[in-house]
Amino acid sequence: MDNLFDDTETTFETKQLTVSLGPQHPATHGVLRLDLDLNGETVVKCTPYVGYLHRGIEKLGENKTYFAALPLSDRLDYISSMNNNVGYVNAVEKLFGIEAPERAKFIRTMVAEMGRLSSHIVWLGTHVLDIGATTPFLLAMTAREKILDLFEILCGARLTVSYPRIGGVRNDISQQFLDELYAFVLDFPSRMDDYETLVTENRIWKERTVDVGIISAEEAINWGLTGGTLRGSGVDYDVRKYAPYDAYDKVDFKVPVGVKGDCYDRYLVRVGEMREANKIIQQCIENLPAGPVMAEAPKFTLPPKDLVMKDMEHLIHQFILITKGPTVAEGEVYVGTEVPKGELGFYFISDGTGKPYRMRVRAPSFVHASVMPRLCEGGLLADVIANIGTIDIVLGECDR
Amino acid sequence: MNDLLALPLSYLKPLGFLGELIIILLKIAVVFVVTLLHVAYATYWERKVIAHMQLRLGPREVGPFGLFQPFADGIKLFFKEDIIPATSDKPIFYLAPVIFFVSALTSLAVLPFFDGFVVADINIGLLFLLAMSSLGAYGIVMSGWSSGSKYSFLGGLRSASQVISYEIAMGLSLVGVMIMSGSLNLTEIVRSQHASPIGVFVVPQILGFFVFMVAMFAETNRLPFDLPEAESELVAGYFTEYSGFRFAMFFLGEYTGMLIMSSTATICFLGGWTLPGFVTNALPFLNIVPGIVWFLMKVYFFMFFYYWIRATLPRYRYDQLMAIGWKVLIPIALANIVITGTLKIMGWL
Repeated sequence: MDNLFDDTETTFETKQLTVSLGPQHPATHGVLRLDLDLNGETVVKCTPYVGYLHRGIEKLGENKTYFAALPLSDRLDYISSMNNNVGYVNAVEKLFGIEAPERAKFIRTMVAEMGRLSSHIVWLGTHVLDIGATTPFLLAMTAREKILDLFEILCGARLTVSYPRIGGVRNDISQQFLDELYAFVLDFPSRMDDYETLVTENRIWKERTVDVGIISAEEAINWGLTGGTLRGSGVDYDVRKYAPYDAYDKVDFKVPVGVKGDCYDRYLVRVGEMREANKIIQQCIENLPAGPVMAEAPKFTLPPKDLVMKDMEHLIHQFILITKGPTVAEGEVYVGTEVPKGELGFYFISDGTGKPYRMRVRAPSFVHASVMPRLCEGGLLADVIANIGTIDIVLGECDR
Repeated sequence: MNDLLALPLSYLKPLGFLGELIIILLKIAVVFVVTLLHVAYATYWERKVIAHMQLRLGPREVGPFGLFQPFADGIKLFFKEDIIPATSDKPIFYLAPVIFFVSALTSLAVLPFFDGFVVADINIGLLFLLAMSSLGAYGIVMSGWSSGSKYSFLGGLRSASQVISYEIAMGLSLVGVMIMSGSLNLTEIVRSQHASPIGVFVVPQILGFFVFMVAMFAETNRLPFDLPEAESELVAGYFTEYSGFRFAMFFLGEYTGMLIMSSTATICFLGGWTLPGFVTNALPFLNIVPGIVWFLMKVYFFMFFYYWIRATLPRYRYDQLMAIGWKVLIPIALANIVITGTLKIMGWL
């Protein structure tokens, strides 16, 4: 009998199929391209290619003053631009040696968590959509729409907000915004219940995600994973807890962690994060202190817009800060913040001029894209889709 | 309904063979036109039902309530450019959608829509249905193979293994019905159901019904078993490279397949155009309602079930699909045959 099988092995010529998944594939979340070597349905080799959305944001940042480069951070992870802004301004403030007033810190925390919610809603919707369930996507998008409407009330922009400013925030929040946000926050847990009813305990969902793409805690750390992707493996690392910025040390929240490090645990971690983010927003509204929203540091913060329009001195000041930039002490600074995708770090080297000598962005999506081969190889083709969803990458941030 | 048809038919009867031919051609025309209209509106209805399940409104621009949307879609697809990939195997590429569509439509020939209205009242109607639904798989495999695209190729492979596996489960699940009715003729199956004490086979054949319900989703490549066209993995699976009216043929074929599977389930398990005897005895006025109404209501129930599932469930993985087919459905169907056969021999059925 052995010979019989040997014969069939030699008479048929078999070869591996190389499939290019992306960069215009419906499930690769933007322009990620994966070259997959398939043996039947099994993935033998997975090679991610990035760079289709490279816009040279780091280099652009070196040619703009610190104030003018803020909108660039919107274009990193365009799903959660608010969080990128918060990361950027925190890093620049540390470089400048200034601190935002208490009220601004609370507002920033609040809007950053709104950004986290909106990003996680997109993640939930698309992840579930990739696995084949269409309804949670459309249900979830209605909640995101509400958050974007709130952003519009807040600052007039929906996606590329540029609302946080170096030394504070652009404008104070209105009572209408607070009322509508509070109503949304009270309503959100029931919305989450709706989504989870459709997904969390669904048998097919569990069969598709449990024990898929397992990565141990040690390996996850070695690959440099952060955010929900790392916490799914059971590592209790959250920048908001370990190096609190803004008002995160004044709000009470839990960091959900997984156990096994499979797709299902990462799913549970992010769903838990959504509920925690909602609680943080609620606490921020309830404990919002009174006071100014911009730091008293005229050398390093832009003057108020109404004064610029009326007063010559302020106009000149604004002009100088935008074109020449502030005078910054030489040195370097790294600040990491917890964005929905993981740890977003801004690293600046200042040579004493108004523009950074080097602006480096530590993009979690880039790191997470690099772990794709580790997660996918040996699995099935359908698991690749589950893994892409579960590491939650945005290529705008990955390619920068 | 039969009385209405009896008069014109009585004029044609004396013409002999020619008259028979005209009758059959008329029936074919009626069945195909009505079915294709149903298929067109099945797409409209699906979009509406799923839209409302997802807090949307669905089509509403073309005509009142968007009612002309299916025609607009049809016209659009008809006039679209027909793109043939350079790497495709052209004759097979042309042929595949035709095979798929024709095999789906051919199944309509043996479906009795109400008492006596069937294009071809053949004695192996049930086998014919199964044969035609497997023939449709050739269209899928050939389209996947000839497209010259890797996505289509994988979709075709998936579909071949899926349809072959679930064909077995589906065939076995219907064996219980065959045993109980003692016939493969679909009209006879309905009549014997009506004569049985409960009036429907779904109660004694609950296991077979369950297996058939699952297998019918896999046969028609619908969620949660729509792996051959899993858009997140294979773009659109076997018909990725098709456009224009060739694409429409796959599309129509799929919906016709759904309609046929729903009709088969209605005929084999829910008593076709009849109501159970105890219902009509209790409420005699229901006898006035023509049989086609009951038939369509039951078919629409299954169609709605298709949409409902599509709006609710995620997609299975390939190996899980195979495991369900071979390790769950086929053993259940075999057990059902043994149980039904034993009961039949004991004389309890």
